[in-house]
Amino acid sequence: MAQALSNREVVLSVRDLVVEIPTRRALLRPVDQVSFDIGAGEILGVVGESGAGKSMTGNAVIGLLDRPAHIASGEIWLNGQRIDHLRREQIRKIRGKEIGMVFQDPLTSLNPLLPIGEQLRETILEHLAVPQREAEARAVAALEEVGIPAAAERINSYPHEFSGGMRQRVVIALALCAEPSLVIADEPTTALDVSVQAQIISLLKQLCHERGTAVMLVTHDMGVIAEAADRVAVMYAGRLAELGPVREVLTRPAHPYTTGLMASTPLASKGRKRLNQIPGAMPPLARLPEGCAFHPRCPRAEDKCLQDPGPSLAGCGGRAACWFATEAVA
Amino acid sequence: MTAIAQAWQSDFMWSFRRSPVAVVSFIVVMILVFGAVFAPLIAPYNPFDPATLNLMNGFSKPMQPNAFTGETFWLGTDDQGRDVFSTILYGMRISLFVGFCAVLFAMVLGVTLGLIAGYSGGLVGTIIMRVADVQLTFPAILVAMLIFGIAKGFTPVHLRDQMAVWVLILAIGLSDWVQFARVVRGATLVEKKKEYVQAAHLNGRKAAGIMLRHILPNVVGPVLVIATISLALAIIAEATLSFLGVGAPPTQPSLGTLIRIGQGFLFSGEWWILFFPAVTLLALALSVNLLGDWLRDVLNPRLR
Amino acid sequence: MLAFTIRRFFQAFVVLLVVGLVAFSMFRFVGDPVENMLGQERTDADIERLRSQLGLDQPFPVQYFRFLEGAVQGEFGVSYRQGRPVAEIISQRLPATLELAAVSAFMAIFFGLVLGVFTAIRRDGWAAHSIMTLSLIGVSLPTFLIGILLIYVFAVELNVLPSFGRGDVVELGWWRTGFLTESGLKALILPSITLGLYQMTLIMRLVRSEMLEVLRQDYIRFARARGLKEKSVLFRHALKNTLVPVITVTGLQLGSIIAFAIITETVFQWPGVGLLFINAIQFVDIPVMAAYLMLISVMFVGINLIVDMLYFVIDPRLRGDRAKAEG
Repeated sequence: MAQALSNREVVLSVRDLVVEIPTRRALLRPVDQVSFDIGAGEILGVVGESGAGKSMTGNAVIGLLDRPAHIASGEIWLNGQRIDHLRREQIRKIRGKEIGMVFQDPLTSLNPLLPIGEQLRETILEHLAVPQREAEARAVAALEEVGIPAAAERINSYPHEFSGGMRQRVVIALALCAEPSLVIADEPTTALDVSVQAQIISLLKQLCHERGTAVMLVTHDMGVIAEAADRVAVMYAGRLAELGPVREVLTRPAHPYTTGLMASTPLASKGRKRLNQIPGAMPPLARLPEGCAFHPRCPRAEDKCLQDPGPSLAGCGGRAACWFATEAVA
Repeated sequence: MTAIAQAWQSDFMWSFRRSPVAVVSFIVVMILVFGAVFAPLIAPYNPFDPATLNLMNGFSKPMQPNAFTGETFWLGTDDQGRDVFSTILYGMRISLFVGFCAVLFAMVLGVTLGLIAGYSGGLVGTIIMRVADVQLTFPAILVAMLIFGIAKGFTPVHLRDQMAVWVLILAIGLSDWVQFARVVRGATLVEKKKEYVQAAHLNGRKAAGIMLRHILPNVVGPVLVIATISLALAIIAEATLSFLGVGAPPTQPSLGTLIRIGQGFLFSGEWWILFFPAVTLLALALSVNLLGDWLRDVLNPRLR
Repeated sequence: MLAFTIRRFFQAFVVLLVVGLVAFSMFRFVGDPVENMLGQERTDADIERLRSQLGLDQPFPVQYFRFLEGAVQGEFGVSYRQGRPVAEIISQRLPATLELAAVSAFMAIFFGLVLGVFTAIRRDGWAAHSIMTLSLIGVSLPTFLIGILLIYVFAVELNVLPSFGRGDVVELGWWRTGFLTESGLKALILPSITLGLYQMTLIMRLVRSEMLEVLRQDYIRFARARGLKEKSVLFRHALKNTLVPVITVTGLQLGSIIAFAIITETVFQWPGVGLLFINAIQFVDIPVMAAYLMLISVMFVGINLIVDMLYFVIDPRLRGDRAKAEG
């Protein structure tokens, strides 16, 4: 399996996942042949531009694809159980219990009409066979764990009575309250103030580390990846471009797209003098070019890239899906 | 000729031609309006001329010769031998006349009060809008009934039937001005903040005149939409009032009055006295309504 | 909350004062009350006596105050047409209207909610599509035509339901109810459908569009992501949020049910206050008109107040009494 996983137990395993959206004009593939693993206690960062298929991959794993999007092929394994073809009722029982999810905007993720304690209790009672009083105690404990001051008093407060950062802590508490083995965090800091972002990321990191929870951290922010992730998966136009330990990918990117992405990101540790843009924009899914989807923007593109997408990330063994990847790694 | 061709090519006409609902509604409205306007020429009988009435013709079935006189009436006759087709044409005249006049009255009143409320602001503006708010809490039909009742109280008894149509126009018009006033006031408030108004003030000139020239073109679209929808509502309101017996009198029956008369014959099997006026009313109200909906979509999607 | 309540009460009070002024002006200026109350054989002394008896020789504000004083106690004078106290006539007729309105309102709200939720959840199904199409026709039909159509089908053709009146009533004190007899209940069916149908359509369309809007929200997605049961997602989370905007409109709809009862009562000759009002207009019976106006205003203003207060109960964001925490 993948290099960083050798000494960990695999929690999530995604194999050749394909998500399709049939539209009137064409069959779109927002996620195409994606494979990766996440181990217990590990944080996998998934980066890419908007529309690269990051969130769609997360939604596919938790079984929340909006029609008409659906999983066309591939497998998703969670703790040794295959979950991609489960019935609606079966996958529902896994959601919240085995897989927790954190959304982007804490201002809209919480039901404004229910006290947060109520939302915690209903989640706990849904998944854990505990009596009412126990659920109450667990709800308070969950809030304390995410750092809500005076949790026992605030438990009957409504979402609008909390600030944005505090609300995201509540959302994390909700995602973790049934002690799932996997958390999918979809852009958890994008909607927050910069000053709060780091707090939320370190909270997420700390909690998952303590519990040995696997985390799929979806973001477009390279800084967040550098801060939190153990390994990183780079997505481009629905495909996995590169996958590897975070330090290696950041210092020695193997895919020309990752190289471009790094050059366009202000990373304090890198001390770069100027930022470079990748020319052009990611093509819409309906008009992907032949061959490698990145070739129109790639500085190294050759004739063969125009016809053939090049080597795939075979299983999780390879580093990058690119003709030139092997030389870079070697 | 080119002007007509140009108008035909305009966006407005283009979206009209592309909407089958709008075209059909328009044709129906046109046929009905034509029938109403030229009723004296089209109608085979004058139902209100006692000389042409023959009680023997009473209760003739549609399309069947009368048992006594052998005369045939398209849509049958009522108890007094009046040709239903002719009464519908004349009834539509009253319905449409009341509808148009009431909307026109509401429009003039609403636009004027809206302009005053928006321009002068202050106490007068507040009072106008507060009255509008209070009136809006009550359904328009109730307001119209009440105004009808009060106005009737002021009318000398011997003039009541003659004046009924005008009282109806007053009542329905007064119950319907609020929408117009709100839109116009909103537009006026927007215009008032614009720089040319401030500039006119600084120059010591009256801004009102210039503003009027700027506001009115801006509100033509919304006002037209509201007017069309109001027309459908006014036609239904008139029919409802007349049906309830507080509208057009039997001597000058509108569609609503005809339905009121026809309801009395429902149990005795003379369905046509009720059925045809009801269908006409429905066709009229529905097509004006659909036309208004279409107009709203084309002219001002934001009004939704 | 308290400040808001007081302000709303004050506004309601002002509205009632204004409506009272309209009602009083009708009383005072439409026709001459003295002319209306005295017969043909009257002397100038009679007129003078009645004038001072009615307080018509007092200044206008005093008369207005007296009128309000009477109105608060339910005194609206004597009907010109029936020669009986207006309060007595109205209290005799009110139960009929209230029973009709209550049944219609219940039907409109119940079926409006159920069908609205159904068409929102199954919005692509054929059943939802047919319901929506039917409702469009329902909105364009004038109320009285619906009533006539129902009479034609169920009373004339099928002959299974009565077409007019209340059936047999039972007296419970001064309240005459039609709920306790079979003929009374049968007589309620057609009028209440006629009255409730239009409101039901409106409520249904509103619930549907609000529910669809709510189902698109993040917190619904998050509720699903937390693995809550679909039933809980739809009815505990989505429906409650749908109800917030629905309550205002529905509240106002209830007000118009009482007003539209006038039409239904006329179609079905239902002996309620609406029919009384229409007859009062026909015969220019001003005291009855004024009393009806005051009665219906109190109901409307009351409903508006209740709707505003309900907002506070259902939406915690409006309750300003909790300190907003800083994080």
